[in-house]
Amino acid sequence: MSDVMHTTSTARTGRSATASRTYAAFLGIGLVLLIVAPLFFYPIFLMKLLCFALFACAFNLLLGYTGLLSFGHATFFGGAAYFTAHAVKEWAVTPEIGILVGVLGAAALGLIMGFFAIRRQGIYFAMITLALAQMFFFFCLQAEFTHGEDGIQSVPRGHLFGLVDLNDTTSMYYFVLGVFLIGMIVIWRFINSPFGMILKSIRENEQRAISLGYSVARYKLGAFVMSAALAGLAGGTKALVFQFATLTDVGWQMSGEVILMTLLGGIGTLIGPIFGAGLVVTLQNYLATSQFPVTIITGVVFMVCVLVFRRGIIGEFYASRLGRRLGFEHRR
Amino acid sequence: MVLSARGLSKSFGAFSAVRNVDLDIHHARVHALIGPNGAGKTTVFNLLTKFLQPTAGSITLLGSDITKTPPDKVARMGLVRSFQISAVFPHLSVLDNVRVALQRPNGLSTQFWLPASSLDRLNQQADALIETVGLKRERDAVAADLSYGRKRVLEIATTLALDPKVLLLDEPMAGMGQEDIGAVSNIIREVAKTRAVLMVEHNLSVVSDICHQVTVLQRGEILAEGDYETVAKDERVRLAYMGTEDA
Repeated sequence: MSDVMHTTSTARTGRSATASRTYAAFLGIGLVLLIVAPLFFYPIFLMKLLCFALFACAFNLLLGYTGLLSFGHATFFGGAAYFTAHAVKEWAVTPEIGILVGVLGAAALGLIMGFFAIRRQGIYFAMITLALAQMFFFFCLQAEFTHGEDGIQSVPRGHLFGLVDLNDTTSMYYFVLGVFLIGMIVIWRFINSPFGMILKSIRENEQRAISLGYSVARYKLGAFVMSAALAGLAGGTKALVFQFATLTDVGWQMSGEVILMTLLGGIGTLIGPIFGAGLVVTLQNYLATSQFPVTIITGVVFMVCVLVFRRGIIGEFYASRLGRRLGFEHRR
Repeated sequence: MVLSARGLSKSFGAFSAVRNVDLDIHHARVHALIGPNGAGKTTVFNLLTKFLQPTAGSITLLGSDITKTPPDKVARMGLVRSFQISAVFPHLSVLDNVRVALQRPNGLSTQFWLPASSLDRLNQQADALIETVGLKRERDAVAADLSYGRKRVLEIATTLALDPKVLLLDEPMAGMGQEDIGAVSNIIREVAKTRAVLMVEHNLSVVSDICHQVTVLQRGEILAEGDYETVAKDERVRLAYMGTEDA
């Protein structure tokens, strides 16, 4: 028995090393593709994809690594878009400061929403986040600085650090790529840190974590605020890309969309939500001019995924024979 | 005396699970809580560790009233428990399970900016605990892959990692083979030299072997108390729990 277990352990360590090499190879290829992508694709589409990919990854940080299903993440995404747009347009700050304002605003909203929601679980947690998000939606509808249904229009992109003109689409693309990579590095560090290890243990067995002396609510709140801040990073960047911030980004549909992206890509996988966001944004983009309603297509894709690929695209790949051979192991 | 309860009661609606229980747990002693199924042993455990809030009564740990203290704080004060159904982190390795327990006392639980490799400094301490409970060969195995008995042993290792002042073990021998029972009995005997141990246990040979004090519960109330010999001779206990023949 012990011999078998020892062999299993050794095999697992070997697979882990293989996984690291495979990850490094995929990372290198992915980076090269992202760098040359504007040569082949419309840059605005790529920037939208990167913003939503980061948003989905931020959401996955909460759902996939803490097990909390928030139905109010549009608050942080759309809220940050408003904060950034307002700061850049009205206060004339540089774009990086504008995004920082958005991130801090989203983190503050996350702290408030998390404070009220974090002690509840399951459907109650989801409903509290939805209720608070709807309250924020109506605040945005009524508040003066958001300009109601018109939103904040004609947001200047400005000059990065006062030097690089972001009105140039290529410069803007590489700026967005930089923001995306920074966001991904932060997420990767967060989940592969001592704090991330405690989050994983809470997700695995909350009662045991409490019995070991961990104040579970505080760790969950920390993850919630971090997830909100990163969603804000995505939202603030999107406001600069499209040069407006509107009610669309704070509506409940946006909260549903990010859940869809994460489930499609694979909950609890680092890169799964990127693929999920890619699929949804691509469908929205290329079916936008079609007579056929895009929501029906995404709905069908979602149903197929839930019924057939319950782990999501990347989750199923990890669990497949090829994925296991490459050293990946999917777990929830 | 490190842990005491006075008039401890717990009701679930009209059902009274624990009634007026007094307990005194002493340093360097192993105290067993025994009784037939449904006697309220695990409920008492949950009350003492604050996973359940008592309906009435008070609990004192190391001179501090913990009747209204949350369970995580009670654990930080030095009262650490294991669970009736093995409580491990199933998708983490044996090493990571122990390291998670070691992170908090070593001040390595909140740093989100440090790499996971920063936890390697806990390896020496974790390896010593893993070796103590005899899980050295399974060090890198995922906890879910362990047999039930080995999971119980791992849970004891994670509990010991906190160096608790009071150790509460809920049926630590459940699901273990005879070989493991001997080894775990030795571990409990050893750790009890420097701390108080309260354990729920059905294996009466283990109770007679390592426990200094026994409390018998029946229908949520204390039926008898004393050392094993005294309790075993008590006619009420023999009738209620051990049977009428020799215990």
